[in-house]
Amino acid sequence: MWTEGHGWFLGDDIDTDQIMPTRYLAHSTAEDLAPFALSGNDTSWAATIKPGDVLIAGKNFGCGSSREHAPLGLKGLGIQCVVAQSFSRIFYRNAVNIGLALLTIPKAIPVQPQGSTAWIDFPNGLLSFDAGVTTYVGVPPAPIVLEILAHGGLMPMVASRA
Amino acid sequence: MKQTITEKIIAQHAGRDFVQPGDLVDVSVDQTWSDDLGAPITLGLLKTHGIPAVFDTTRVFVTSMVNAPARSIETAEALKVTRDLCRAYDVPLFEMGSAAIHNSLGIERGVTLPGELIVGGNSHSCMAGALGCYATGMGSTDIAAILATGRTWLEVPRTIRYRYTGNLRPWVTGKDLILHTIGQIGVAGADNAAMEFVGDPISALEVEQRLSMSNMAIEAGGQNAICEPDDKTLAYVTPLAARPFTPVYGDPGAAIFEEIVIDISNLEPVVAAPFLPSNTGSWRDVRGLSLDQVYIGSCTNGWISDLRAAAAILKGRKVAENLRVIVIPSTTEVHKQAIEEGLAQIFLDAGAAFSMPTCGPCIGAQAGVLAAGERCLSTSNRNFPGRQGSVQSETYLCNPVIAAASAVKGVIASPDEL
Repeated sequence: MWTEGHGWFLGDDIDTDQIMPTRYLAHSTAEDLAPFALSGNDTSWAATIKPGDVLIAGKNFGCGSSREHAPLGLKGLGIQCVVAQSFSRIFYRNAVNIGLALLTIPKAIPVQPQGSTAWIDFPNGLLSFDAGVTTYVGVPPAPIVLEILAHGGLMPMVASRA
Repeated sequence: MKQTITEKIIAQHAGRDFVQPGDLVDVSVDQTWSDDLGAPITLGLLKTHGIPAVFDTTRVFVTSMVNAPARSIETAEALKVTRDLCRAYDVPLFEMGSAAIHNSLGIERGVTLPGELIVGGNSHSCMAGALGCYATGMGSTDIAAILATGRTWLEVPRTIRYRYTGNLRPWVTGKDLILHTIGQIGVAGADNAAMEFVGDPISALEVEQRLSMSNMAIEAGGQNAICEPDDKTLAYVTPLAARPFTPVYGDPGAAIFEEIVIDISNLEPVVAAPFLPSNTGSWRDVRGLSLDQVYIGSCTNGWISDLRAAAAILKGRKVAENLRVIVIPSTTEVHKQAIEEGLAQIFLDAGAAFSMPTCGPCIGAQAGVLAAGERCLSTSNRNFPGRQGSVQSETYLCNPVIAAASAVKGVIASPDEL
């Protein structure tokens, strides 16, 4: 099933200091962090990005600091899915653990104008800019990742087994 | 089946005879930690999910190191949350008079030992790997799950062996080797791999310089970095060890993904220019560049041996008038030792500031945040945009002797120029 939102493009090696600068880390909830998301890259992002939008980045998204505040801030903005050619390991785990959807599409995606409509079919790992006519195919997540997502995050899974 | 040191440690902690790269395994964790940024989330999650206790209070600690001492009402509130949650879960908390950076403290307290499996709540937790353990960093929720169960899941990493050859030239340190390596392979060059450091130059390095190398594995995307324990390692950890340990060694001839040979015969001290740790070159490429601040410290280079090296350069000299210099030990023990050995006096006589242990300006929270247009030469580990303050500021990374010499000259310089 396709869901659409505005697509916003970012480059390679967007580190977590850019996604959530240190000065906002005294906050610890998605709601409190959302106004500062991506402000280390450009302070206008939080006002630009609307719930349901899609971030489309290059390689090594989320490298650097392990701060979970980075995916929390993106989740707080209501981002539907973050697509990247590759994610850094810690960011990837953090996002999965808090239930922020990520899609790894190794092939370079042609950059569209900022704010173009992007369609996501998350269960099938697909991205499109023309309602599914041309699709970009993601790498299926590992079984453990699907299991965590199915529980709505890591802690609900851990608590259900306690 | 022959296995690398990393695979062997993971297999032992997974209760298996052997593992292979790509295997998803459930492992027991020997030690974990969090800090004043992560603990409110991590311990808060335990509370939210009704988990009554952590799996073992001797295998976790928290350090308040980024925003402590409180520098605003907002940070005071967050530090209070950290303190209250640590008390509620009986988790040892280190702050103020016992302050330290957690990955350094774990080593100093002898709870990151050869053969162990360590998962710390910060990205530079990979540092302990130079002692011959598997050590990696994870985020707050992963640490919460570890505290609840004593276990976590891993994807067994492929091993990339970095074989260093040649002799270390003057003023070249472990920091230069790792900066050079990241420059060669890129910031995702070891993506999710085990980085194994071998060769005569590694044997020649003192343990704390090897730790500076493993510390920055994350800057190449490494899942962990590891050195096989040798006599130096055992001499370093044995007096510190808080519990018995058994060193683990890789099987000779175990299959690895790739070996990369790095000849350091001609390597000079390295500087990484903004805005990636991989943007490296010889210090000569940026010789004479003007500076506003010099920072000597962080988990990468805040060891007593780093402070000694910097003090040897600063002794009897003054820092240049055009800049400010701050020296920050990584733990309270290093802080005390620097005072006992007279290093603190040398720093103060030279006109540098000498502060209590914190992450300091490395993470841009306090003790030297940069304004727009300012440039800092830093012995820390990251130089991403805005890492140390304004996104219009610049951070150059280097070793402690280049930092100290540059502090005296007022521009990027080598000790040979003094």
